[in-house]
Amino acid sequence: MATSRSEAGPIRYDLAVIGAGPAGLAAADAAAALGLRVALLDAGARLGGQYYRHPAPELGAARPEKLHHGWRTFDRLRERLAAAPLVDHLPEHHVWAAERGEHWTLHATRGPERADRATVTARGLLLATGAYERQLPFPGWTLPGVVTAGGAQAMLKSGLVLPGRRIVVAGSGPLLLAVASSLAAAGARVPAIVEATGYLGYGRGLPVLAGNPAKLAEGAEHAARLLRHGVRLRRRAAVVEAHGTDRITAVTVARLDARWKPVPGSGRRIACDALAIGHGLVPQIDLAVELGAATVTTADGTAALRVDAQQRTSVPGLWAAGETCGVGGADLALAEGVLAAHSVAGKPAPARELTVRRRRRGFAALMAAAHAPGPDWTGWVTDDTDVCRCEEVPARAVREAVTELGAADARTVKLLTRAGMGWCQGRMCGPAVACLSGGPLGGPDSRPLSCPVPLAQLAEPDEPFVQ
Amino acid sequence: MDPLDLVGAEPGPARTILFDGRPVPALPGQTLAAALWADGVLAWRTTRTGGRPRGAFCGIGQCFDCLATVNGRPNQRLCLLPAEHGDAVTTQEGHGHGDLAV
Repeated sequence: MATSRSEAGPIRYDLAVIGAGPAGLAAADAAAALGLRVALLDAGARLGGQYYRHPAPELGAARPEKLHHGWRTFDRLRERLAAAPLVDHLPEHHVWAAERGEHWTLHATRGPERADRATVTARGLLLATGAYERQLPFPGWTLPGVVTAGGAQAMLKSGLVLPGRRIVVAGSGPLLLAVASSLAAAGARVPAIVEATGYLGYGRGLPVLAGNPAKLAEGAEHAARLLRHGVRLRRRAAVVEAHGTDRITAVTVARLDARWKPVPGSGRRIACDALAIGHGLVPQIDLAVELGAATVTTADGTAALRVDAQQRTSVPGLWAAGETCGVGGADLALAEGVLAAHSVAGKPAPARELTVRRRRRGFAALMAAAHAPGPDWTGWVTDDTDVCRCEEVPARAVREAVTELGAADARTVKLLTRAGMGWCQGRMCGPAVACLSGGPLGGPDSRPLSCPVPLAQLAEPDEPFVQ
Repeated sequence: MDPLDLVGAEPGPARTILFDGRPVPALPGQTLAAALWADGVLAWRTTRTGGRPRGAFCGIGQCFDCLATVNGRPNQRLCLLPAEHGDAVTTQEGHGHGDLAV
């Protein structure tokens, strides 16, 4: 594999894979084995995406697997890709638009400072861009020391750092167990995991669970580690307020009813110096939505790409694999990456991956239904809670836009209040604004450019980049 | 136990960055945000409207809460930038272009 910063120009690839996490790695590996010339683009500096995020080599980590599940799979893929002459890894390429013509033209900014641009052309395009975390606002969530659960995990996996010494983990979804388990193993005290659902939803899917012994084993592994570190799981509860002036010093945890409404008088204060919070994952599908790809709404209210049995989206020449098709974890992503590669190459689908996909998609549906936010979570959002972090728009403004000004959807609320118009383009507040506007938790967001792009790069002519 | 012990990390000698003029150690391979967290610093920006402190939130370059001025350039995401020896991080006030005010 060539890791190239400058040779992205003249080559026409058979397949461009956007995203070098489990789905993209497996797809690039399988596609190369089938004889395809592959460009593997990723915004990050190293292979792995968020799931296999790991320290830079300079940190000299002898045992990176201590912070990972399934590290050997990654190690094998990495080795095979390093030896694959047909795959070019293009790191620090953040693709901001894909154009369809005779072939695909991808436009990317390069490097963390977005200093320059690159253009890549390919016959087929696979979107393996993964997911980002869903956030639901609460009073105090903008205080320093309140971080996303995935963010705490990412900073630990790559930078070997913790946001504090006593970290409450809260929100909803299986990621919380993995995060709490890593934080505790790395020396943090985790006074509680606060999970909004009862985990009882899983019981309704016993046949699905029986077909996914690996997922049960993974859950048991986390549970054992948490038990060893004395971490308590509080179910049917939520952090309804973070306290502190310049940084977090405590949280209030309240019991929730079945609709996620905080039970009055049930609040209890827990001292902490950090909070890691998240409410499940949202498929990152901006590029495909801009191309008009059809979406489906998953059981937990997120929009995912609709794909057929061959991982093809509704847009000709555009495949999708992994979390972009609905959040379901790394094993599913690996299988779907392989299936997509076979489809691109015009080869029949391998049986093993078909089985994994069927079982894991079943598990994913169960998981999504079990952790779907209840409709009354907005009960903990006080009027002066900032909903949009970037533009500092309080819930009051959003509510007034709906009740006083007659806004009937999130888009109108955004235009009236600026909620979702800031740097992150609504990635942090989108689901919350949609809900407070009286709509469902989230349809597909429209973002013509999938990340901020310097104007000078937009103005440049479309010639392939040559250094 | 700390994260470095957990993974058996043996990094090279620490570099020094400056945070508002104060020297802060940074291990090779860490981002500026990671180096500041390791030093107990969680905020390096104040918001435009409320003047409230902010730091890293999503940790992966999506939320843009971790903006600060680095070597004189405002609005840099510290969770993405590798810490280089001598980097000067300055707490960013508002949009970071106060020098352009008329």
